[in-house]
Amino acid sequence: MVVGLALATTFAACGNDSNSAAGTKTTGGSDSTAASGGTIKVGVLQSLSGTMSISEVAVKNSELLAIKEINDAGGVMGKKLEPVVEDGESKPEVFAQKIQKLLTQDDVSVVFGGWTSASRKAMKPVVEGAHGLLFYPVQYEGLEVSPNIFYTGATTNQQIVPALDYLKEKGLTKVFLVGSDYVFPRTANKEIKAYAAANGLQILGEEYLQLGDTNVQGIVQKVLDAKPQVVFNTLNGDSNVAFFKELKAKGNTPDKIQTVSVSIAEEEVGGVGVDNLAGHLVAWNYYQTTDLPKNKEFVAGFQKEYGADKHTDDPIEAGYNSVYIWKAAVEKAGSFDVAKVIPAAAGIELDTPEGHLTVHASNHHVYKTARIGMVNSNGLIDEVWNSGQPVAPDPCLDTYPWAKGLATGEARAECDAAK
Amino acid sequence: METVLSNLYIGVTLASILLLVGLGLTFTFGQMGVINMAHGEFIMAGAYVPYVLQTTLFEHARGTAVLVAFPVAFVVAGLMGALLERVVLRRMHGRPLDTLLVTFGVSLMLQQLAKDLFSAENKEVVTPTWLRGQWHLGGVTLTHTRLFVLLVVVATVAAVWVFLSRLAAGRRMRAVMQNRQLAAVSGLPTGRVDTLTFFLGSGLAGIAGVAVSLIGSIGTTTGTAYVLSAFLVVIVGGLGKLRGVVLAALFLGVINAYVEHATSSTIGKAAVFAFVILFLQLRPNGIVTFQTRGLAA
Repeated sequence: MVVGLALATTFAACGNDSNSAAGTKTTGGSDSTAASGGTIKVGVLQSLSGTMSISEVAVKNSELLAIKEINDAGGVMGKKLEPVVEDGESKPEVFAQKIQKLLTQDDVSVVFGGWTSASRKAMKPVVEGAHGLLFYPVQYEGLEVSPNIFYTGATTNQQIVPALDYLKEKGLTKVFLVGSDYVFPRTANKEIKAYAAANGLQILGEEYLQLGDTNVQGIVQKVLDAKPQVVFNTLNGDSNVAFFKELKAKGNTPDKIQTVSVSIAEEEVGGVGVDNLAGHLVAWNYYQTTDLPKNKEFVAGFQKEYGADKHTDDPIEAGYNSVYIWKAAVEKAGSFDVAKVIPAAAGIELDTPEGHLTVHASNHHVYKTARIGMVNSNGLIDEVWNSGQPVAPDPCLDTYPWAKGLATGEARAECDAAK
Repeated sequence: METVLSNLYIGVTLASILLLVGLGLTFTFGQMGVINMAHGEFIMAGAYVPYVLQTTLFEHARGTAVLVAFPVAFVVAGLMGALLERVVLRRMHGRPLDTLLVTFGVSLMLQQLAKDLFSAENKEVVTPTWLRGQWHLGGVTLTHTRLFVLLVVVATVAAVWVFLSRLAAGRRMRAVMQNRQLAAVSGLPTGRVDTLTFFLGSGLAGIAGVAVSLIGSIGTTTGTAYVLSAFLVVIVGGLGKLRGVVLAALFLGVINAYVEHATSSTIGKAAVFAFVILFLQLRPNGIVTFQTRGLAA
């Protein structure tokens, strides 16, 4: 009905010569088109322009690769997948608008997409309101369990908490927090400070840059003045480039001030400059170098499709996994109906490039092995530590006494509802 | 004392970036009154030049590539600007709002073009070995890259000053700006002067691009990060006034540095805007104003 109204408006607004435009629009289709044809529409929504496109274009590529592989192998329940790709433009409001379009106008069965938490937070009410399904492929700050979203990247206790454990174990206890000024770094740092208070880590400072800001001299000066052993870095996008260039230009090497980044993966290393990053630490759940047979296949497939110089990394892999998790859930449910697919996803097990993956029974996250890596001189990342076995996702950090009280309000209610 | 000095240094080096990205606009915006939203993309084009040189002709002389990049970027961005003026802006004289929209569209197209040519990922410009290092002076760490950028800015400003005040072409440009009709009846080829103005203004953006490639990211959105600051500096400085733009960049850079040091980066930015708003209440035409009978619009 809403679609009909929108179309009517288009007609009215465009007047006489709108026939061709409106004609193409009607193929947007209702439920019957989606179900009765030989194809099923799936949405891919990443930033293809703007400051986040440097990271998100590759995630779009891996999602499309998985869709292509699935189609080549016969599709899902006999139906070929038809990707509808949209550009989130690095703007949360555009993400909200585009996912609305995908869910109501294109009638996609599922959307794979998002990167920044701001984009996810913007899409959340829309996907919940439309009773849609979203797979979000990036590590994030936790404290969220939407009934309509699956989180295939790490939550805090699978990335940030293990990274802090690692720093503590290595005796790097004087920490400076640097991040981009939006929801992920702010929330992550709140959690880091709670951890620090309980575990004897000293937080020497906490500074934020606006997303995309490259004016980093002031912040680097504050870091140097505070003389930390390690910088916990939650900067995103172009700011990282300027930050590491300035840090290096001021004569800092990892043996003087170490850094741990949670948003720099193989894809970003080239843009920041291998020179500026070599020897610095990152925390993820997957690296291109992760030594597993399934990963060799994935890397080979990705490079065959997009070029031998392309890297794979954690969100790229999580985006790829998302499509396969959805496929497994659809097949288990025997239906593309979101209301049936969501419960069917619980407990799904898959062999993925990062290892054996299990979808949590109730909280929409996945079990993940935490891995700390060090950037090497080839621009790849070598694993220096891992958690041994997959860590159970705990988005509200309920199993950590020091995190008591962090999950409040909506987050608390969501986590309780997902128990 | 140390922090006072180190923040002064941060302010001055920030000012050098502001000045460099704004300098080109003193021509296109200041002299011609064209709000060119694609100015940032000329900066972007300049930033890609050292990357292209380092990965092709100068693969084994990456340091030299950065030096060669300055004249090359000047010409590349300059030609892009001249083309824009000839093909599009010429037809839109005296329609500033249309120009704004059109150049915004051009800016999006150039970003997409860059994405098609270079892919969406950021590129790396390898810092020449002779720029890796720093001097310590009275507790302040002076990095060679920032000092180099400062040097580039001083040289560029000097060259622009000589051009505008000492060369015949510069005088013609000022004449056309101050009174287009009078210049035209005096026999000045205003059309050709316009193209030259755009060539120079855009070329300067190209030079700025090479400089920022040494300290920031090189990607399709590199220009958008700087274009707002560029307009800010030119507006505060006073349209078309070199001296005003230099002073404005220094003011804004130093204010940003000190406020940021005392508070946070976000508040530092807000303070700059608050200052600009207040300042423009007092001097709506900027720091340096001039009298003219027919302001070219």
